[in-house]
Amino acid sequence: MEGKKDKNPRIRVKMESTEFGDLLSDKNKSDDFYQDHHHKETFITKYIFSQDHKMIAKQYLITGVLFMGFIGIALSLLFRLQLAWPEESFAVFDIFLGKWAPEGVMDPNIYLALVTIHGTIMVFFVLTAGLSGTFSNLLIPLQIGARDMASGFLNMVSFWLFFLSSAIMLSSLFVEAGPAAAGWTIYPPLSALPQAQSGSGMGMTLWLISMAIFVASSLLGSLNYIVTVINLRTKGMSFFRLPLTIWAFFVTAIIGVISFPVLLSAALLLIMDRSFGTSFFLSDIFVQGEVLHYQGGSPVLFEHLFWFLGHPEVYIVLLPALGITSEIIATNSRKPIFGYRAMVASILAIAFLSTVVWGHHMFISGMNPFLGSVFTFTTLLIAIPSAVKAFNYITTLWKGNLQFNPGMLFSIGLVSTFITGGLTGIILGDSTLDINIHDTYFVVAHFHLVMGISALYGLFAGVYHWFPKLFGRMMDKNLGYIHFWVTAISAYGVFFPMHFVGMAGLPRRYYTNTAFPYFDDLADINVVITLFALLAGAAQLVFLYNFIYSMFFGKKAEKNPWRSTTLEWTAPVEHLHGNWPGEIPHVYRWAYDYSKPGQDEDFVPQTIPIGKDEEITEH
Amino acid sequence: MIGLLTGVVLLLMGIAIWQINNIYQIIQNNLGNKRDDSQIATEKDNDMQGKLMFAFLVFIYVVTIYCFWAYSKVLLPEAASEHGVPYDRLLWISFAIILFAQTFTQALLHYFAFKYRGINNRKAFFFTHDNNLELVWTVIPAIVFFILIIYGMITWSNIMNFSEDDEDAIVIELYAQQWNWKARYGGQDNVLGDANVRFLNDYDGRNSVGIDSSDPNGWDDIVVTQEFHIPVNKKIIFKMRSQDVLHSAYMPHFRAQMNCVPGMITEFSFTPTKTTAEMRMNPDVVAKVDRINKIRYDNSQKLIAKGEESLDPYQFDYLLLCAKICGTSHYNMQMKIVVDTEKDYNKWISSKEAFSSIMQ
Repeated sequence: MEGKKDKNPRIRVKMESTEFGDLLSDKNKSDDFYQDHHHKETFITKYIFSQDHKMIAKQYLITGVLFMGFIGIALSLLFRLQLAWPEESFAVFDIFLGKWAPEGVMDPNIYLALVTIHGTIMVFFVLTAGLSGTFSNLLIPLQIGARDMASGFLNMVSFWLFFLSSAIMLSSLFVEAGPAAAGWTIYPPLSALPQAQSGSGMGMTLWLISMAIFVASSLLGSLNYIVTVINLRTKGMSFFRLPLTIWAFFVTAIIGVISFPVLLSAALLLIMDRSFGTSFFLSDIFVQGEVLHYQGGSPVLFEHLFWFLGHPEVYIVLLPALGITSEIIATNSRKPIFGYRAMVASILAIAFLSTVVWGHHMFISGMNPFLGSVFTFTTLLIAIPSAVKAFNYITTLWKGNLQFNPGMLFSIGLVSTFITGGLTGIILGDSTLDINIHDTYFVVAHFHLVMGISALYGLFAGVYHWFPKLFGRMMDKNLGYIHFWVTAISAYGVFFPMHFVGMAGLPRRYYTNTAFPYFDDLADINVVITLFALLAGAAQLVFLYNFIYSMFFGKKAEKNPWRSTTLEWTAPVEHLHGNWPGEIPHVYRWAYDYSKPGQDEDFVPQTIPIGKDEEITEH
Repeated sequence: MIGLLTGVVLLLMGIAIWQINNIYQIIQNNLGNKRDDSQIATEKDNDMQGKLMFAFLVFIYVVTIYCFWAYSKVLLPEAASEHGVPYDRLLWISFAIILFAQTFTQALLHYFAFKYRGINNRKAFFFTHDNNLELVWTVIPAIVFFILIIYGMITWSNIMNFSEDDEDAIVIELYAQQWNWKARYGGQDNVLGDANVRFLNDYDGRNSVGIDSSDPNGWDDIVVTQEFHIPVNKKIIFKMRSQDVLHSAYMPHFRAQMNCVPGMITEFSFTPTKTTAEMRMNPDVVAKVDRINKIRYDNSQKLIAKGEESLDPYQFDYLLLCAKICGTSHYNMQMKIVVDTEKDYNKWISSKEAFSSIMQ
């Protein structure tokens, strides 16, 4: 169809409703197309109900990261205060917890609610929606060379469902009997019976509604990402010329589509047990003086269903961060990412294996011990592609010319904490060893290092690196340096000692350790952890300030400040609907021609055709 | 008041950082350094950050060494069960492997970050891939992991595959509820009678674990609270039940844990190898008890000053605690475990009342 003029441009405009069809055949469009095609913008359609992927990315960033992230961190500081100075009276408790802190002393029930909502917000709202929602939206169309997502409308719906879900989750904090308090893992029967835990009443109901809407939002987003990557790549953008960010976002979306519906099913069955008298997860229960009617169900079934999502979920959190890191390390090393195909293979291997390891969360759940062996085997397998990735990042740095922009610092930090956290995963993945550290602080230390730090670093790295693309301005690099180093030091200060607390036998989700004199000698360690946590919290304020200040007053960015090869940097700084004025660029090479011998510059954008005497890079 | 002061301090800290940044820029200007406000890393930035990267490697090593040095003493003492020995061995071998991997990879990462810190006009080495290298670092980790897997799976199998027909074993039910533990012994026949929560309201609520009185096996069952005793060197088969929500029977000194699931009977078995008296003499335990009593002494001083009673000195005991979130008092769901000599155990159990006395 190349070179052929549109015979009936008018008809195409009338077929606005099939924007997907329009985008498919959008090979030689000029920007006139977009003048006809789009109605006039109002404040509402530009900033609120936008269908533009770049605006939606910003909406996810501000809602998921700045807002929900801030709340998630604040919740953690509250319960860390309680853990370091148990049953002490604090003014902040009085201010923020109200009736849940009589005379300033935290109530045990709200402690459990705080850890529950902290976990829920951080895993789902910050690290899933905030990470994937922001960067998949921003980068997929721009890096593959598309005008926008396949469906701008569904994209918009996806964000507003997320917003609604966030609002409902936050509203559950103010319920009279308290928010959900059965852990972010919400195992029944505790989560099913208000008689067993007051937060399992309305608080839990709102949690379930919020998550059901969240799942819908996530699925809509994932479907959009998958369809867009498959169908809307520009001319020359074959799969093996895609940047690793796209591979990561694409595979993440596929994992999401496979696993989130199972969480929804678990939630629906739980709703039925709670409200409609069924016994999927409940049997033989006596609480508050009476035998309940439930017969025949099993909480272990819930655990299977939950973790069938729960484990892929952590890779849904991590893979985008790894993709972002690949991109940022390559750009800032002025070197190709080492082993591109191996990196793609490891993303695929991790994705596949992530669906068959869920039982490692259930080694001592009472399930058949044979399954324990099976899941130990698959879990240690997944360590192999993870190791490959770590080595490839390290080799990318070797003989590079490293540019230490804040994004690069966080990317290297990600590799460091990913290695540390991943290695302790090898201990936990061994069913035998899990016996004595299951549900202790060892687990908490492990997953915080890989998710709470590693994936979070990926998020930060992405924000610093793509801030110019998001807002047309640069973030302050010195504040970025301060943010990184204080966070990096505090992160290890919080979580290294925590491993020892876990190995000392201290279970997690304990309101206080003072009920056991045996744990008295852990009190000092808990104080150290809390002090570092407070320091880490303070460091995030530096980031918040830098972000907000730079959004309005940051140095105006040029088109390609990091001298990167990928397509998003060929689009103008000012956001345009349709991303490029005129034709979408064509792609002639892979995404990592940095410091290619025989070239004048130390980078060659993907849009530059292969030179006369140039060798095509084998990758 | 504290809230206000904290807010003010944070605000002042923020202003301080902002001003320090401004001062730094002014100094740079005065030194004649071109004010580079591009917010893109310069050669000087690369040099500084590269050096900080190396310093961070030192920090990682220092933190690791410090934690091992300062916190090793809070770790659990040697295992008090038979399978605990291979457990600990597997743990330390695994740790040795991961500590080696950690030391090695962090060094490479941070050293390269330092060594290859960017300078102007140097071109990086265009190195796209090397399949042999990929093979090396796929196969070597795979081999190491396979060794760990096989070792782990064998140990797991030995622990979990226990025979129930062992004549010599003692069967004990651990009964979990919000928020305490009870233990039930099978009595003379060493067979636990059927039980279900349906029977809890029998006998005016004195049927505390819901024994089914129609099953004769249960008539000689013995239920105890507060503490339960087990004889040393005898295999114990634990059957776990829960009355209401998920709990977890965690006995860390024996390297034992198993969830208690309402509607299901779960099981775990171990053979205790050290009596409570013996463990109390273990040097690590002695040191830990010392530390704890020092802390209790300090805390007692504070209590006495407030006119309250001082704390009793602490003596080591094995513990059963709950390790699965179960509601308000999850943090205080404990039972003492006493490992007796066989003689003392027999004396203890014979002094306990059987279920039949409740049935009167």
